[in-house]
Amino acid sequence: MTGTLTPERVLHDCRDAYVATLLELAEADPRIVAVVNDSVGSSKLGPFAERFPDRLFNVGIAEQDMVGVAAGLANGGKVPFVSAAACFLTARAMEQIKVDAAYSQSHIVLCGMSPGMAYGELGPTHHSIEDLAWLRAIPGLTVVVPSDPAETAQAVRWAAQYDGPVYLRISRMGVPDVNPEGYQFVPGKAVTLRDGADVTIIATGAVVIRALDAADALAADGLSARVLSMPTIKPLDEEAVIAAARETGAIVTVEEALTSGLGGAVAEVVVRHAPMPMRFVGVPDTFAPTGSVGWLLDHFGISADGVAAAVREVLGR
Amino acid sequence: MIVEEDLVPQVDPGAVPSDTLTVLGRVPEGASRAEAVAHLAEAARLVRRRDIQMVRAAGLGHVGGEFSVIDVLVSLYLCAMNVTPDRLDDPDRDRFILSKGHAAAALYTTLAIAGFLPADQLGTFMQPLSQLNGHPARTKIAAVEASTGPLGHGLPIAVGTAMAGRLDGSDRRTFVVVGDGELQEGSNWEALMTAGNHGLSRLCVIVDRNLLQQGARVIDTNDLEPLADKLRAFGMEVVEVDGHDHAALVDVFAAVPAASGKPTAVIAHTHKGHPISFMSDNVAWHHKVPSPEQVAAALTELELSS
Repeated sequence: MTGTLTPERVLHDCRDAYVATLLELAEADPRIVAVVNDSVGSSKLGPFAERFPDRLFNVGIAEQDMVGVAAGLANGGKVPFVSAAACFLTARAMEQIKVDAAYSQSHIVLCGMSPGMAYGELGPTHHSIEDLAWLRAIPGLTVVVPSDPAETAQAVRWAAQYDGPVYLRISRMGVPDVNPEGYQFVPGKAVTLRDGADVTIIATGAVVIRALDAADALAADGLSARVLSMPTIKPLDEEAVIAAARETGAIVTVEEALTSGLGGAVAEVVVRHAPMPMRFVGVPDTFAPTGSVGWLLDHFGISADGVAAAVREVLGR
Repeated sequence: MIVEEDLVPQVDPGAVPSDTLTVLGRVPEGASRAEAVAHLAEAARLVRRRDIQMVRAAGLGHVGGEFSVIDVLVSLYLCAMNVTPDRLDDPDRDRFILSKGHAAAALYTTLAIAGFLPADQLGTFMQPLSQLNGHPARTKIAAVEASTGPLGHGLPIAVGTAMAGRLDGSDRRTFVVVGDGELQEGSNWEALMTAGNHGLSRLCVIVDRNLLQQGARVIDTNDLEPLADKLRAFGMEVVEVDGHDHAALVDVFAAVPAASGKPTAVIAHTHKGHPISFMSDNVAWHHKVPSPEQVAAALTELELSS
């Protein structure tokens, strides 16, 4: 397979870009504070804790309190960045996310760290494959899934100044730079990483690179795939989805989550505005078996091979 | 405790006083203690009078828990708290959060009598598109600091608000009312642990200790006792007070922050449905809607208490 991970590809942990950007913003804006659930290490917030000890609130292993406290800090004029493992943040504090953040339209940035199946062998208790489906169901919440360090940094910068609740899904799984030089994140907008005519692959987050690799493989077979990166799951870039459906005639979605996340969101637009054949690459309706994150991604076909196979299937080729 | 259907005195439902609310505003500057207490007593009476009529008109509400907390609310908004309607954007204003958000009508009516909300808006309570939702929403009413409704949310938010105030070196205080049944929610104890460990002295947690929850007595459901000891163990300065005694409430709130540097927890001993004879301490009145006769009877009792 061409285009699979090659040794010369430099991989980054998006948490590094997150923390570096947060530190930079916090230097300039005293309103910025961090709220964590004993997750300084897992969020890589050590430098923040060292530089701004008074502005880091560690409530301990208490996620409901963590998000509620963040809402209170927002009421007090602060801009709280909540950093916690995505699985615990979203599942344990779902009602606080719904009420204290979204319904209240509080300026809280909820950073779901190490999402998807990043915790691999630790198992489904520690996986966060449900978060995209759950959170896109909540009115008034913006859901952003950066695909590389540059996009992570820009999304953090945007969320710091956007006066509303945001969920940022920040990957720990190594990713290369996938966005072009000079890329500018625009909330609610898809990014055309590659144009194509036969099919559109719409991917989000850490697995955008796998969609690009699949497009390489398909090109070698004479298939021209458009690749859209979809950093904002909610609100979704409906125009880009409709254009993709109409112009390429088939869509394959790719995500490191249940396919009711990005896949469901795209399908809702497609059936309403431009019904076309679709396939969904992601985790099906199941809890993952034991395995490393890399093994699990391959197991569920969230890989260049799996995406290419889904494209061939949807095109009947 | 009465749990069966109540006997209501025969009263002419047509003989109901006006549903307008006189905006009393804060206790006037320089008022004597007796004058201040009389002002609060009259405010509480008027708030109850309007509240029960709102619940009757809406056909929905939580009149029992509203009547148990109204004396606390008027003591805060008309006297104890450092906030006025023209200072809602002042970062140093005192904050209030009604964590037991189902007592929304009591909050709205108190906000109205204090001048934070136009009194004529009260007539829209729970009507289609009203800003006065069945539970208070900060996006709908400027004076509402936090949206509440699901229990166990207000206290963590109050802790965050108090933390922000301390970070800013502000003297402002944060008051939050939780129901006693509400303390069965674990999130409150997470927040109390945080408040105690951080020594948030300008936080005041008021427990509306009416001993009843939606379906039964707290003691028969999942009891809280020894509540004062539990709160002390979590690092609170605990004060117990008659939650219907305006003078005592004002004194307790004036003592925040406590000299000990601990957050204050006020156990306000109250009666659900107070002071109406056929509602008081009656679990049936958690969210029972009064009949026209019951409204008239309650209003008659309130008139007699003036």
